[in-house]
Amino acid sequence: MSQYEAVIGLEVHAELQTRSKMFCGCAVVDSTSAPPSTYVCPVCLGMPGVLPVLNHRAVELGLRVGLALNCEIPPFNRFARKSYFYPDLPKGYQISQYDYPLAVRGWLEIDLPDGSSKRVRIRRVHLEEDTGKLTHVDDHSLIDFNRAGVPLLEIVSEADIRSAEEAEAYARKLRAILRYLGVNSGDMSKGVLRVEPNISVRPRGEEAFRTRTEIKNLNSIRSLARATAYEIERQVALYESGGQVQQATMGWDEARQVTVVQRVKESADDYRYFPEPDLPPLEISRAWVKEVRAALPELPSAKRDRLMQQMGLSRYDASVLVAEKAVADYFEATVQAGGDPKQVANYILGDLFRRMKDEGRPREQIGDIPLKPVMLAELLALVAEGTINHGVAKKLLGTLYAEGGDPRRLVEERGLAQVRDEEALGQAVAQVLDEHPEEVARFLAGEEKLAQFLMGMVMRALRGKADAQAVRRLLQAQLEARRKA
Amino acid sequence: MLTDLTLTEARQRLRAGEISAVELTQAHLERIRALDPQVRAYLTVTEERALAAAEEADRRLATGDNAPLLGLPLAIKDVLTTEGVVTTAGSRVLEGFVPPYTATAVQRLLEAGAVMLGKTNTDEFAMGSSTENSGYFVTHNPWDLERVPGGSSGGSAAAVAARMALGALGTDTGGSVRQPAAFCGVSTVKPTYGRVSRYGLIAFASSLDQVGVFGRTVEDTALLLSVMAGHDPHDSTSLDVPVPDYMAALSGEIAGLRVGVPREYFIEGMQPEVEQAVRAAIAQLEALGADVREISLPHTEYALPVYYLVAPSEASANLARFDGVRYGPRENGRTLWETYKATRGQRFGAEVKRRIMLGTYALSAGYYDAYYLKAQKVRTLIKQDFDRAFADVDVIATPTTPTTAFRIGEKTDDPLQMYLSDVFTLAASLAGICGAVVPCGFDGQGLPIGLQILGPALGEEIVLRTAHAYQQSTDWHTRTPPLG
Repeated sequence: MSQYEAVIGLEVHAELQTRSKMFCGCAVVDSTSAPPSTYVCPVCLGMPGVLPVLNHRAVELGLRVGLALNCEIPPFNRFARKSYFYPDLPKGYQISQYDYPLAVRGWLEIDLPDGSSKRVRIRRVHLEEDTGKLTHVDDHSLIDFNRAGVPLLEIVSEADIRSAEEAEAYARKLRAILRYLGVNSGDMSKGVLRVEPNISVRPRGEEAFRTRTEIKNLNSIRSLARATAYEIERQVALYESGGQVQQATMGWDEARQVTVVQRVKESADDYRYFPEPDLPPLEISRAWVKEVRAALPELPSAKRDRLMQQMGLSRYDASVLVAEKAVADYFEATVQAGGDPKQVANYILGDLFRRMKDEGRPREQIGDIPLKPVMLAELLALVAEGTINHGVAKKLLGTLYAEGGDPRRLVEERGLAQVRDEEALGQAVAQVLDEHPEEVARFLAGEEKLAQFLMGMVMRALRGKADAQAVRRLLQAQLEARRKA
Repeated sequence: MLTDLTLTEARQRLRAGEISAVELTQAHLERIRALDPQVRAYLTVTEERALAAAEEADRRLATGDNAPLLGLPLAIKDVLTTEGVVTTAGSRVLEGFVPPYTATAVQRLLEAGAVMLGKTNTDEFAMGSSTENSGYFVTHNPWDLERVPGGSSGGSAAAVAARMALGALGTDTGGSVRQPAAFCGVSTVKPTYGRVSRYGLIAFASSLDQVGVFGRTVEDTALLLSVMAGHDPHDSTSLDVPVPDYMAALSGEIAGLRVGVPREYFIEGMQPEVEQAVRAAIAQLEALGADVREISLPHTEYALPVYYLVAPSEASANLARFDGVRYGPRENGRTLWETYKATRGQRFGAEVKRRIMLGTYALSAGYYDAYYLKAQKVRTLIKQDFDRAFADVDVIATPTTPTTAFRIGEKTDDPLQMYLSDVFTLAASLAGICGAVVPCGFDGQGLPIGLQILGPALGEEIVLRTAHAYQQSTDWHTRTPPLG
């Protein structure tokens, strides 16, 4: 492996979350749950005589992505027909973009596991319409056209990626950006986001690209990483054993964790692109670009920097918090509700993530847990004001995580408030000292570590609800008093 | 006879209560029953619907409703979709297809109160110049049943000529309303590309297709166009500009009008009687006060090759949807590809296949630049010819076809000869401009000859004014074909 390097480009298809389809008024629905072919009309079924009418919202969402990926937006755009026959393609051609795409020449900064970052160049971003979906049943195929005509953004990187880890980092970052932009849910298992790596390997130092393969139908970023790693090894092994890589479309066998050849490409496909005569060219005014750019939300890298600078978080903590928009939103909502940023970060990155992991809940679903940001903020406020200590807070977290609730009321109901009455604390200390004369004597004789034991006994007597600092102060005072006595 | 009325005459009588829409519709249905077995203009006659619509029209007329086409029976070319009525585009690949929506152009006529008599025959997917390419049967020219009515809108033109409809819709991609109008001795308008919505027009060549109208007079065509024209949110290529009152443009006055006569439109090999009739018509325009001058449209000779690259290229994609998967008949094969091949192979006719192949070839990798792209560049030159010409003249007058209607079967074995019958109409389609055709004489065999008047983009008013002024000063349009 070491004398080979991988050369990888990623082609990403992201459905755009518009209300209606790209060229008709049909609603965009979750195609994994809506009854098949119920959100269809003559236009998206490609019936005779129908014409496409462009949904400008799709263009706007595409522009957001193009700008977020630092692309140039050419003022002249047009659509093209890409012709091929397949039953899920109603018109026998897909309305796509070819020679004049929406956005070109951008870049995406990816964050690598070792803490470094790298820029991957974006070749182009273009708009097209999605196809229907085929299901094969026995010797029949069924077609669901709900997805046909859903706006789709194709994002093509340059072949700048050199490892499976980089491919994974690219996909994660791109998915995060799409979520930040509110254009795509990033749910690869539902097919709304599809990532296809083009992979070749070559001996280090060799300039030319070798034959590449493409992997399709990856349903998670983890599969992308594993399939890419597998495919790189497969190609290297082929070359090392004197074989050749064949240009092919590969699939990923999830059960066996291997790539398998789906279709060998013997000649380049000829899609006979030509300008779509049913749609006038699309002029993208500079004013529109400016407007869309101005309305872009804060993106992960910028947010990470702000969390570091304004809230004093470490780069690592900030990076993890911003990696998922939902987590960043949760964090910011908690801080907004009064939580101390560092404390909030600690709770999210520690307890919350651990509990979510235990129940197998992905991080992007943090917004769905019963423990809402206001509750977490309230919990931390109770600690900050001294009503409870961290130990109690963490116990309460379990309840709140599972059921939610008002932390202040829970503290009252369960009598978890700290004993802060100096007299009560003093009595508890005195009682413990009276009950442990031997340990007190040994402490006074110089065995200082016994202070910790006595401290623990007091806390136990108070069932953990005491302000530890006050207890420590009172304990020391009473021990000193007994030394003098 | 009620069927001898023009559209505008019938409209006046209906409004005056002198006749009823039901009577008028009945008269046309009877004439269809009597004559269409010979002419074969209609693929489908929608008698019940027509009578129901006529009854409704009579009720509305009684209340003083003055919808512009209330109670007027019209024929619709079968490439325009009609909800609930079989629409085939003349193709076996759409045999029995009932669309769930109506073409905008048709919808506007129906909303204006028109009565649809039926769907008329056409060359399959409007590809042809004689209706001989229909997947169903050939339409006959009412002036001589041995001859073609022209095409592709031959059914509509023949229906109007034979008095089997007061007016009709056709479509024009390279001359498909103008050439049949000339062959059948009726009047037509081919509007500017984008003037009328293409929604529901089963596409042949999307950058060329345009809905046109047939009438027995220019006035009738102006009335129909007024109702049909205008922006449609369902067609992004339809022009969003106000629709003038085309009837108001028919002043009869053309004094001082500058008429260009392009020398490239009088070619060797054209029928001498056609040239004589057209030159006489131009002389008549001059007699009416027009300022006639010779002009040049130098790229005219390239119109035919350019058209036969652009139109088939677009068609090759437009017709890809007819795969038997979602609608229309399916010829099952053992595999998906065999099903495709069987459905398309058995149900498309020879001319359609020829054009799909031409277009597929012209768009293929390695040929695109030399064919499709080059053709688009020359198309621009052709358009510039007209731009330059219209800087100096208001309209252009030309013959519509090199000959009068040819015999059925005469050109079916020679596609190039067939293509040449559109040689005078193709350039205007490529340029996207508008035009009208009016009868301007008959040849020695009693076959009609048509004068083509072309105008600039959105120049429908001046074209109609010119055509109308000419028509008012002649009586060619009043002649009736010698039918039983």
